[in-house]
Amino acid sequence: MDLKLATIDLGLIAPEIIIAAVAMLILLLGNVVRRRTILAYFGLFGLVAALLTALPRWGNPASGFYGMVQADNFAIFFKIIFIIAAGLTILMARRYLISHEIESPEFYALLLFSAVGMMVMAATSDLVVIFLGLEIMSVPLYVMAAFARHDVSSNEAGIKYFIMGAFASGILIYGIALVYGATGTTDLRRILADWGFFEMHSQLFLYSGAILVLIGFGFKVAAVPFHMWVPDVYQGAPTPVTAFFSVAPKAAGFAALLRIFTYGFADMSQLWAILWILAVLTMTVGNILAIFQDNIKRMLAYSSIAHAGYILVALTAGGDGAVSSAAYYLLAYTFFNLGAFAVITLIDTRNSSTAQIDEMQGLSGRHPFLAAVLALFMFALAGFPPTAGFMGKFYIFSEAIKNGYIGLAIIGVMNSFVSVYYYLRVVVVSFFARPNKEFEAVSYTPAIFIVLVITAAGTLILGILPGYWLSLARAGIFQFL
Amino acid sequence: MSEYLAVLVFLGVGIGMVLFTFFLARLIRPAHPYKAKNQSYESAEKPIGDAWVQFNNRFYIFALMFVVFDVEAVFLFPWAVAFGQLGLYALIEMVIFIAVLLFGLLYAWKKGVLKWV
Amino acid sequence: MELIIFYLAAVVAVGGGLMMIMQRNPVASVLYLIVTLVAIAVMFVQLNAVFVGALLIIVYAGAILVLFLFVIMLLNLRGEKFAEKRTRLDRPTRIILAVAFILELLAMFKQVAFPGRMDELMVQASPDFGGARPVAELLYTKYLFPFELTSILLLVAIVGAVVMARRDEKDKKRGI
Repeated sequence: MDLKLATIDLGLIAPEIIIAAVAMLILLLGNVVRRRTILAYFGLFGLVAALLTALPRWGNPASGFYGMVQADNFAIFFKIIFIIAAGLTILMARRYLISHEIESPEFYALLLFSAVGMMVMAATSDLVVIFLGLEIMSVPLYVMAAFARHDVSSNEAGIKYFIMGAFASGILIYGIALVYGATGTTDLRRILADWGFFEMHSQLFLYSGAILVLIGFGFKVAAVPFHMWVPDVYQGAPTPVTAFFSVAPKAAGFAALLRIFTYGFADMSQLWAILWILAVLTMTVGNILAIFQDNIKRMLAYSSIAHAGYILVALTAGGDGAVSSAAYYLLAYTFFNLGAFAVITLIDTRNSSTAQIDEMQGLSGRHPFLAAVLALFMFALAGFPPTAGFMGKFYIFSEAIKNGYIGLAIIGVMNSFVSVYYYLRVVVVSFFARPNKEFEAVSYTPAIFIVLVITAAGTLILGILPGYWLSLARAGIFQFL
Repeated sequence: MSEYLAVLVFLGVGIGMVLFTFFLARLIRPAHPYKAKNQSYESAEKPIGDAWVQFNNRFYIFALMFVVFDVEAVFLFPWAVAFGQLGLYALIEMVIFIAVLLFGLLYAWKKGVLKWV
Repeated sequence: MELIIFYLAAVVAVGGGLMMIMQRNPVASVLYLIVTLVAIAVMFVQLNAVFVGALLIIVYAGAILVLFLFVIMLLNLRGEKFAEKRTRLDRPTRIILAVAFILELLAMFKQVAFPGRMDELMVQASPDFGGARPVAELLYTKYLFPFELTSILLLVAIVGAVVMARRDEKDKKRGI
C-alpha cells in the first residue's frame, strides 16, 4: 500500500499533539523549573491552546490518517468536555496537592496524557485506535489514583483500579478480536456498511464480541455489575483525582460506547435487552447504596454509578435524539459533579479531614458561599430545575419515552426521587445541623474560587438556556465521511 | 515451509551438542557428592536463609525499560525490511516514534531511577 | 510433516498451559508460560504469520515474562502463601465460565470456514502474508496513527513506573 499523503492532516489531531507536547515539556521542565505554579499554568495554557485549535473545526467534519481519525462534531464536543474537566482539575488540585505534600510536575503531565487518550478515544471510528486511546487514558489514571504514595488507602485505590482496569482492558481487547474475527475489519464504518452480511454469516462471533466490548466499557464507566471497584477507588484516591475520575473517563467511555453501539453496531437488534437490564441495575444499585454512605466521597462514588445508569438509558433508547441528550448530560454532569468535588477538595485540603458528611456541620455559618454552591451542585445532581441536572434527565427520559422505553423512563424517574434523599442530606447537614464544634475554616485560593464560579455558572446556564447547548449536542451527532 | 526445515535442523543440532557435552562431562568427571559440597557457594561463607529474598523495586524499572525498548526493536525490524519501498515518510514516522521513547529514557535518567546507588 | 509439527506444538502449548496453572510456585508458572508461548509461536510460523511468531518470542517470552519474574520476586511471592480463599459461588462461577468458553470455541470451529469476506481477504493475501515486509507495508501506512500512539502509550508507561518507584525524602528517612 502506498502512503497517501493527502490523508495525513496534522490539523485533525492538532489538539492531541499540543497537549501531548505540553505534557512532555512539563516533564522536561520539571527538572529545571523550581516553581511548580509555572508548570501548572503551562499545562492549563496547553489545554486552552488545544481548545482553540479544536473549536474552528466545528461544523466541517473531516477524516484522516486512513480513516483512523474522525474530527467530527461529536469528537469536538467530547474534546471540549475533556479539556474543561482537565483544566478545572488542574485549578482545583494545586492547593490540595501542596497541603498533602504530593505535588510534583508529573501529576500535571499525567493528567494531560490521560486527556490525550480520551480525545483519541472520542475522535476515531476504529476499534484499535479506541483501545489505544483507552490505554493511554487509563495508565496515567492508575498512577494518579496512587499519587499519595504514603497514604495506604491511596495505594489501595491505585492497585484496585489497576487490577480491575487491566482486567477490563483484557476483556475489551478479546471482544475486539472477536468482532474482527467476524468482520475482518476493525473499522466501525465498514462494520455498519456490511452489517447484514456479517450478521448472516458470523452472528455468534459478532454478538459475543459486542457483549465483551460492552462489558469492558462497563468496567470503565462503572456500570453495575462491574462497579465493585468504584467506591474504594473514589474514596482512596486524592480528592481532585477522584473529581477527574468521576467525570472525564466516564465521558470518554460513553463517547466510545455511543460511537460503537449507536453507530457501528446500530443494527444489533437484540442488544437492547442487555442494555436495558444494565441501565436499570446501574441506576437502582447506585442510588440505593448511596443512601447508606457516611463518607461524602463514597456517596458521590455511588452517585456517579447512578449517573452512569441515566446515560445508559440514553444508550438503550438509541437514535440521534438520545445520543445528543447523552452528550448534553455528560457536559452538564462535568460541571456540577466537578463543582461538588471542588467544594469537597477545598474542605478536604485540611489535613484533619476525613470527608465525612457530618463534617459539613456548620459550613453555612462559616462559609455561606461555599455552602450555597454546594447546595446548588447537590440540587443539580438530584435533578431539580432550573439546574442543568434537571434538563439533562428530562431530555434523556423523554427520548426514552419517545423511543418506546416507557418502563425504563419510569424506573429512571423513580430513581431520581430516591436520589433526592441522599443529596439533600448533605444540604441539610451543611445548613441546618447544629454543629458540635465550630467548622474549621478553609482558605480559598483564587484558582478554586474560579473553579467554583465556572462550574456553578455552567450548571445554571446549561439549565436555564438548554436549547442552545442541546442544539450543539444535536449537531454533534456523527457525520461520518 | 521447507525453509524452516533448516531452522529445525539447526535447533536439533544446537540442542544435541549441548546434551552431548553434558553427557561427555558425565562420563569423565568423578562424582562424590557430600553435604558441604552441595551447599550453595557464598564466597566461603555459610549460606544463611534461602535464595527467596524480596527484590529491590528498581529491578522492576529496568525490566520495564527493557520491555519498552524491546517493543521498539520489534517495530524496527519490519521498518528496516520495508524501508526501501516506504521511503522518507517512514523515516520521519520512525524518528518521531523513537524520539518520544528517547524522551522517556531521558526522563527516567534525569529522575535518577537508572542509577543504582 | 507440517501436521506432526502442529500437533507437537499443540500438545506442548496445552501441556504448558495446564502445568502453568497447576504449579504452586509462581516462578515455575512463569517458566511454563514461556514454554506455552514458544509453542504458540511455532503455530504462528506454520500459519505463515512469521512476524507475529517472532514478536511472541521476542516481546512476550523475552521481555514481558522477565517483567513477570521481577514482579514475583519484588512481591516475594512464595507458593505456600497462596492459601486459597474460596467463596461458595466460586466453583459454580468457574464451571459456568468454563462451559460458556468451551461452547463459544466449539461454535467458532463450526464457523471457521470464514465465508465471504474472509475468503476474499485470504485470496488477496500474498504468499508471504504475515512476514515482516507486508506487516511493515501496512503498519507504516494505514496504521501510521495507531503506531505513533503506541509510542505515547509506552512513554506514559515509563513515566508512570518512574513516579511509582521514585524514592523521596520520606522514604529515605524510613530507610527504604
